[in-house]
Amino acid sequence: MEDPLVIAGRRLGSRLILGTGGASGLEPLKRAIVAAGTELVTVALRRVDPASEGSLVDLIADCGVSILPNTAGCFTAQQAVRTARMAREALETDWVKLEVIGDSDNLLPDAVELLAAAKTLVAEGFTVLPYTSDDPVLARRLADVGCAAVMPLGSPIGSGLGIRHPHNFAMIRDGVDIPMICDAGIGTASDAALAMELGCDAVLLASAVTRAADPSMMAAAMRQAVAAGRLAHLAGRIPRRDHAEASSAFAGMAEW
Amino acid sequence: MRLRVNGGDVELPEPTLAEAVATVTDARRGIAVAVNGEVIPKAQWTRPLSEGDSVEILTATQGG
Repeated sequence: MEDPLVIAGRRLGSRLILGTGGASGLEPLKRAIVAAGTELVTVALRRVDPASEGSLVDLIADCGVSILPNTAGCFTAQQAVRTARMAREALETDWVKLEVIGDSDNLLPDAVELLAAAKTLVAEGFTVLPYTSDDPVLARRLADVGCAAVMPLGSPIGSGLGIRHPHNFAMIRDGVDIPMICDAGIGTASDAALAMELGCDAVLLASAVTRAADPSMMAAAMRQAVAAGRLAHLAGRIPRRDHAEASSAFAGMAEW
Repeated sequence: MRLRVNGGDVELPEPTLAEAVATVTDARRGIAVAVNGEVIPKAQWTRPLSEGDSVEILTATQGG
């Protein structure tokens, strides 16, 4: 069944977006990218390190996948906007995963700065995918200023706590027409499947794969979980009931 | 002339931006350069720098 993810008019065959942070090296990362079957991977922008060996950009190109630069580490709209402009210049893409955090301990988004940066970047022609709180009102505001997707966190970055507020996810899903991507907090395959069952169009994860004991095996698990969750969402789950509903008819029972 | 290049002090006589970049990397692909916070496209790297300019040279690294 062909079921592409479409963001800003671009079709992606995989609904799993892989973050490259946390991988122990370029070779394990490459194996994870291939196993995940992803078509889009995130990178951060940092000062050139003359001592670094191997090119992440070349590795990503070799894998035949596209780059989604992020603004990780930025605490203000100005920092994030400048980082996005640098990413566009360095990587020749106007897509950006917009990240503006407000707290170095919990890495939660700064809603005020995030919205300001999103407005500026949309006006400059960027395709903006904001990492956001699981706040249905903020998600709608981000959609209203022209973001190409909203990416609510399931739980704090790297925590592996899964989706703490599934009800918020459902409300965000109802509140915006643009793609909704679960970004951050995924710990294992069932978390990714739940995100998709709740109506997310895609899942973005990094640590769950890159810091797993066997990253490429976990990448394969995530690939299947995202696909299974998507199918289950489309198939339409049965309603939850307070009491049992027999699946075998009582009619025709023998009398013993 | 004293400059800041990727957070370090660099002393160069009447440098162009390209010469300041060359103190850090020979790469021309996959990098972006800003002077005092403003992105400078490669075509403009021949421009001269001024005393105290801050040059940032960034590239893609692993990140979620």
